[in-house]
Amino acid sequence: MGVGIESLVKAGEAGHWGPDIRSDVHARIEARGRGGINIELESRVKPYYGDAIRQQAEEVLEALGVKHAEVSIHDEGALPFVIAARLEAAVRHAGLGEGTRVLPDRVLLPEPSPRDRMRRSRLYVPGSEPKYFINAGLHGADAIILDLEDSVHPNEKDAARLLVRNALRAVDFLQCERMVRINQLPLGLEDLEEIVPESPDLILIPKVERPDQVIVATEKIAEIKAEYGITRPIWLMPIIESALGIEKAFEIATASEDIVALTIGLEDYTADLGVVKTATGNESLFARQRIVNAAHAAGVQGIDSVFGDVGDMDGLRTWGINSRAIGFEGMGCVHPLQIAVIHQAFAPSPVEIEKARKIVAAYHEAQQRGLGVVSLGSRMIDPPVVHRALKLMARAEAMGLA
Amino acid sequence: MAILEKTELVTNAAGRAVPEQVNGRPQVPYAGVGRHQPRGNKAAPPIRTAADYPENGDKRVADLETAFRKCGLRDGMVISSHHHLRDGDRVALMALEAAARIGVKDLMWFPSASFPSQKAAIELMASGVIDHIEGSMNGPLGDYCTQGKMRGMGVLRSHGGRWQAIQDGEVHIDIAVIAAPTADPFGNCDASHGKSACGSLGFALADSIYADHVIAVTDNLVPFPCVPWQIQGNNVDYVVTVDSIGDPAKIVSGTTQITRSPDRLRIAQLVALFLRDTGIMRNGFSFQAGAGGIALAFVGYLKQMMKEAGVKARFVRGGSTKYLVELLEEGITDYILDGQTFDLSGVQSMANHPRHVATSPFTSYNYHGKGNFASLVDTVVLGATEVDANFNANVVTHSDGRLLHGIGGWQNCLAAGCTILAVPSFRDRIPVIVDQVTTLCGPGELIDVVVTERGIAINPRRQDLMNAAKGSKLPIRPLQEIKAEVERICGGKPQQPRRGDRPVAIVKWVDGTVLDSVWQVG
Repeated sequence: MGVGIESLVKAGEAGHWGPDIRSDVHARIEARGRGGINIELESRVKPYYGDAIRQQAEEVLEALGVKHAEVSIHDEGALPFVIAARLEAAVRHAGLGEGTRVLPDRVLLPEPSPRDRMRRSRLYVPGSEPKYFINAGLHGADAIILDLEDSVHPNEKDAARLLVRNALRAVDFLQCERMVRINQLPLGLEDLEEIVPESPDLILIPKVERPDQVIVATEKIAEIKAEYGITRPIWLMPIIESALGIEKAFEIATASEDIVALTIGLEDYTADLGVVKTATGNESLFARQRIVNAAHAAGVQGIDSVFGDVGDMDGLRTWGINSRAIGFEGMGCVHPLQIAVIHQAFAPSPVEIEKARKIVAAYHEAQQRGLGVVSLGSRMIDPPVVHRALKLMARAEAMGLA
Repeated sequence: MAILEKTELVTNAAGRAVPEQVNGRPQVPYAGVGRHQPRGNKAAPPIRTAADYPENGDKRVADLETAFRKCGLRDGMVISSHHHLRDGDRVALMALEAAARIGVKDLMWFPSASFPSQKAAIELMASGVIDHIEGSMNGPLGDYCTQGKMRGMGVLRSHGGRWQAIQDGEVHIDIAVIAAPTADPFGNCDASHGKSACGSLGFALADSIYADHVIAVTDNLVPFPCVPWQIQGNNVDYVVTVDSIGDPAKIVSGTTQITRSPDRLRIAQLVALFLRDTGIMRNGFSFQAGAGGIALAFVGYLKQMMKEAGVKARFVRGGSTKYLVELLEEGITDYILDGQTFDLSGVQSMANHPRHVATSPFTSYNYHGKGNFASLVDTVVLGATEVDANFNANVVTHSDGRLLHGIGGWQNCLAAGCTILAVPSFRDRIPVIVDQVTTLCGPGELIDVVVTERGIAINPRRQDLMNAAKGSKLPIRPLQEIKAEVERICGGKPQQPRRGDRPVAIVKWVDGTVLDSVWQVG
């Protein structure tokens, strides 16, 4: 479509359709002076939901204040929360509407997320691929990340933002912590405007190099929370993805009270260094250890990057075992198949659990007998060892291993 | 031939409206599982004498037309063909077109299954060469039928039901045309060798025994004897050689790929966990799985669990793929009893491994026999297009009434000890668990478990399975609960698509009674 026509006619579109697209919808809206709303609908589920889609489209347009428009909808079996988001995005692209939001019914919000909850696995879900949303919580990851950053095309940032917002309301992610990766600031601040009102459990801030970036995001979140009366915590996980960020890791990790974890993005980090990212990760060992150390110094979790080769389960397992060995508490997943492997890799071994169990038992016995010193057989157990054993047992219990 | 307009409908024991007459033959409405009592003797072909066949055993004739003429092909006859070459088959169309050149009309085509590559049969129906098809129809042929364009009524049967219909004389085959990957001039046929090797010829076995005339068509003629002879030359009238009986690329796939769909993998894993945690997976057990994405992935998960538990199967049933072949080669099962092979590993294994055994619908599935293998299998994993809250299931039509799949061995497999439907809870936005199935193919009393990505529902009739699952970590939920959750996700129950009021096909139950009708669409 030529620019000349666009400037004369207010029109906008959003979403995807075609034979290879599933669970998405494409909406195109063109303003007209009068004649009300005319909807052209094509849908692969038309015999079942054709009437429902029309009715929903009319309701959404009315709520947005669009009174006269030609609307064409190509639906590939999108769920209602997706249809609403795509229509709203198309209306905004057309420069129509009154800036209101059309929000789908909200499923029950899960309990607020504890600061130190287990974060072994976080499953990335591309923010512009609604087909992955609805079942994302079924695969047993500790968290799902609705991603607005690298997996979303620059032209679709605003549409994805609405989709993710609606997903946070309408999709039950079950026991998963609900995370959103916003865009690099300042675009990420616009993401926060839509996302924060829906109470995600955690926001990942990408490409953090300086503490003030975290501070800006923290302030923005606090402002929106106040505006919407949200009191439950929204935690932060900065992603460090550059040599400069690594150098400033501790300052970043301590930049906000809301930070619960620190992680690293290896694609960008290795690109910054100009080295090849390998399956063994020798080139990033320093950076990853720096993250672990800064995180522990700051009292937050150190979380590893993702292992990108979905076909290489052995490589993933090795990576995960090494990752745990150097002090990380979890890593990212790019496919649900990786979740179980990662959980195994981050699980303490039976030998570790048994040893910890004995130390904890000795500790409790010492407590009961009012002894200041914990001993196991003839050996004295140092307080840090006790602390580590208590933590390991708590984790093992959370993993269903103890 | 058949006149659809005069069809009277009756309500069968499943509450379904079915025609009393189909293609001029009176029908028995479905009476319930195991209720219909057959009487009489089996059908039989005419007695032949060796005096009428060449003493040197050379039954070759120049081409199919010559063979048809010698068989006395005339208007209204029944010509059968088989789907062991699947979408690669060239012989069925070759035969029907030869019949068209001879100028006959009103044939009944009786394939064991039809495939999209055979859509040219539509032109033969339009021109009157074929009156109607009794056999599975999908794709373009399915649409032709459900749009009410076929003159006679379609009859859908299971693999076992097809044997039963032939054996009981419900369908009398005038001329059977058998595509043979290898044959000798006497008519012995084998499918495990030759450039068009496909594994087994089991689907053609009944035809070779009961048809009046049998023509073997091969692209790999070997001198007598062709060994093994799954089809015996003593039943064959003529042998025709052609350049190619099928497109090898479409006969079997080079490799079968396990799905990467996370949702399907989850379903497959839940099925395997269910079998492990309920104790169905135990030493000496048996299972059947097809070649669908979920079934293949299920075999992978189960194999791992069997290895961990040190458990071996006595036999597994195919359609075989390399995943079943690996079980055999690694000693995780003693036998593969195989109805058809889906990939090259399956074909090679059947040709070479003495414990990879070809079966037929007679041994596997025929309900009018002295038992069959299907009920000896401990568990079977099947798909479905729809299932209702009473576990009744549909496998042939889409929710909009269009024919989508054949029945295959699906109905027969319901006899297994534990029948599992492994299905997504919705496809696109369309719920799979419905108030009432569009077409009833399987009575709910035979379907024990429905496994979806959102949980596992056990049929309340199977209290034993409920008890077996108690105390496990399996996500057991009532089917109604999963249904309600999916309806919430999908934004309410779907509209009921408009259904025509004229039956265009029937679905037979395994005993030859009429289980349901398929209605004209649009």
